[in-house]
Amino acid sequence: MTQQLSDIEDVESFRLRARAWLAGNMPRLAPGQPDSLEAMVQLGDAVWPRARELQRMLYEGGFAGICFPREYGGLGLTPAHQRAFNAECARYEMPLVLNTPTFSICGATILDMASEEQKRQHLPAVIRGDEILVQFLSEPRGGSDLAGATTRATRDGDVFVLNGSKIWSSGAYAADWALCLARTDWDAPKHRGLTMFLVKVHQPGIEIKRIKQVGGSTEFCQEFFDDVQVPASDVVGEVNGGWAVASRQLFHERNAVGGGSPYISGFTRTRRGPGTGALIEGVRTTGQSGDPRVRELVAEAHTISRVQQQLISRISAGMRTGALPPPAAAIMRLFSGESATRLSEIGVEVMGSNTVVGEAAGGPGGVVPPEASRVGEGLDYGVSFLMRQAGSLGGGSTEMARNVISERVLGMPREYAADRDVPFSQVRQGR
Amino acid sequence: MDFDISADQKLFRATTREFLEKEMPLDRVRELAGSGTGFERGWWRRGSELGWNSMTVSSEAGGDSISGEGVVDACIVAEEMGRLVSPGPLLGVNVVAAALSEAANAADHADTIAALMAGEAVASWAVYEPGHGWAPLAPTVQATTDGSGYVLSGVKDRVDSGDQADYFLVTAAAPDGPAQFVVPATAPGVTVTPQQSLDLVRRFARVELDGVAVPGTGVVRPAGSIEDAVNRQIQIAVALQCAETAGAVERVFEFTVQWAFDRYTFGRPLASYQALKHRFADMKLWLEACQATTSAAAHAASQRADDADELASVAKSYVGQRATDIIQDCVQLHGGIGVTWEHDIHLYLRRATVNRVTFGTPGEHRRRLADILGV
Repeated sequence: MTQQLSDIEDVESFRLRARAWLAGNMPRLAPGQPDSLEAMVQLGDAVWPRARELQRMLYEGGFAGICFPREYGGLGLTPAHQRAFNAECARYEMPLVLNTPTFSICGATILDMASEEQKRQHLPAVIRGDEILVQFLSEPRGGSDLAGATTRATRDGDVFVLNGSKIWSSGAYAADWALCLARTDWDAPKHRGLTMFLVKVHQPGIEIKRIKQVGGSTEFCQEFFDDVQVPASDVVGEVNGGWAVASRQLFHERNAVGGGSPYISGFTRTRRGPGTGALIEGVRTTGQSGDPRVRELVAEAHTISRVQQQLISRISAGMRTGALPPPAAAIMRLFSGESATRLSEIGVEVMGSNTVVGEAAGGPGGVVPPEASRVGEGLDYGVSFLMRQAGSLGGGSTEMARNVISERVLGMPREYAADRDVPFSQVRQGR
Repeated sequence: MDFDISADQKLFRATTREFLEKEMPLDRVRELAGSGTGFERGWWRRGSELGWNSMTVSSEAGGDSISGEGVVDACIVAEEMGRLVSPGPLLGVNVVAAALSEAANAADHADTIAALMAGEAVASWAVYEPGHGWAPLAPTVQATTDGSGYVLSGVKDRVDSGDQADYFLVTAAAPDGPAQFVVPATAPGVTVTPQQSLDLVRRFARVELDGVAVPGTGVVRPAGSIEDAVNRQIQIAVALQCAETAGAVERVFEFTVQWAFDRYTFGRPLASYQALKHRFADMKLWLEACQATTSAAAHAASQRADDADELASVAKSYVGQRATDIIQDCVQLHGGIGVTWEHDIHLYLRRATVNRVTFGTPGEHRRRLADILGV
């Protein structure tokens, strides 16, 4: 149970105050819009300036950065306050795109690992909606072997010069600053030659290319660095101590992707696998309410969703009380990947041939821009199914989560690594 | 149970664990398997002194919980019993004692409740009928009126601890609809026949009711007011059952992880193979999820939350299935020894299997859940 500190507002009083403020200040969803995620998706690229506006409104109303400390512009409240707020804002337009990675991964990592000056520079700006953050972690050479990064940062007086490429950064085109992991020492073993930088996203030498995904989304980006100048004052943590920062960042990522982050604000439902309500509606409109097999599948989908929330509460409590180590966040991450798989499978099984058509016409090659299909519509289940594996890849693959659980929660031996304790310059690389 | 249980709950768990480890280790469970009875009454009475049967009884009827959440506290006992596949009628006694204590005529049942709490008497919820699945609200046992009382006729089977029960909670079709009665095992017309049981010490029996006279004071729920009461019984039964299963799976997982560290093939421990490590990661995930959903169901039942019925069926449909998946996987990881009588894992697989299919199968609870959700 969360300890109630005497000098902070009672959760129920906070809830009532939030309810009243939301009703008087935040834009309500139109009746046709099922939820705030849907409202966001329909905006396309315009979601980003809109998110900044909405975040500014939350900030001015005193409901931004609920779990961030007061000295950095937050409210300094507890996860229980955040949950109360989240329950209240389901029917309002919310800046959900700022949750991950800006607040829950990058902001959380800056809070834990950055210098006082860096925290004061970035966190209040993030909480005000003035600054959007992105992760420059994965590289085209591979996503899971993060410590094998080959983006190069070479020191030149007061600056580092950055060259290389990063990929799978969501929303980088709309972001202001990135947490970028680069190699600063090629003679050290791989984990000991990395440095984390705060890098301004839009500046000379950085080219951003958007990547189109199977479902039509173009949120993912690839960045190319050509002699990018990064001031030495933007190093996060120690030079060659970047792996400690990245590890913390991965912890926050697993927590965020698994659903256990206290920095996520607003009604949260992943787009993969529409909720039980939408599925029940789909069963009715397709005349299958009397089919026992379909009824069991809907109940199974509902069970998965409920158990996911119950698991998040349990694992979060375990990490809070020290009964589980921080890598246990990988348990939540694994469940979210596995549940996304099963839920999208159930969606296709239940909605059947309805999943191949939608009200809006598809684009060339049958690729449907996500904004054209309505959440809960047959086609949405079809598109979700095509993107099924994204839930087991983004935020670290479920294979890596299984490694983390077995090695760092259960204490089993680490996988053999050919590059352990070998100077990185001597590590064999693929083509 | 939860990671953040109170100091009092921890003490209750510790005393229960100590008692069970001392008085009912697995060797003793195996001995009882060969005996005529699944458990000894004296042992049950001594365990009951720790408070095992008082947690779910209303305070008006003399019940008392540790934390204020009686079902959660009783689940602590169930979980410990699962860890050692203990015998004993914990589920039946708690369900029936709670039901009697919540009856409008609870005063008529005061002596029975007191005897159940003290472990002097044993009760069982006789809910299954031959040839039927999980249909707790659709009895074929008939209750005809006879003056101020009733006469019950029909058959219940798969009655948990039926051969040792002193009282049965029986749902029967009365003229105005299904009603619930408490029937002493000694009442004329009651015939109890032990059934061969999958679990070595959790015994089931067939209970024939042949014109059994039940006085008006033996009514627990009159026709017309039974549905909420039965749903409440399901909440408690499922929470205790899932907690016991979760405890069993937790223990199996512990000794299987240890086995993976200790067992070497090709010069390295099983725990070093990624193919096996990933299976352990999956099992850890399922185990934590089983514990999480059991806890949620127990809290909802304790707090009489609006979604307590829903969460009972969520928990049962999830735990019922996953628990046996995990244990079967652990059998596989043990190799041939896992399918021998000598190894203890089959004791756990028996218990988890019995718990999977009784008081509603996962499929039956999914269909119930679909009803609750209004699909």
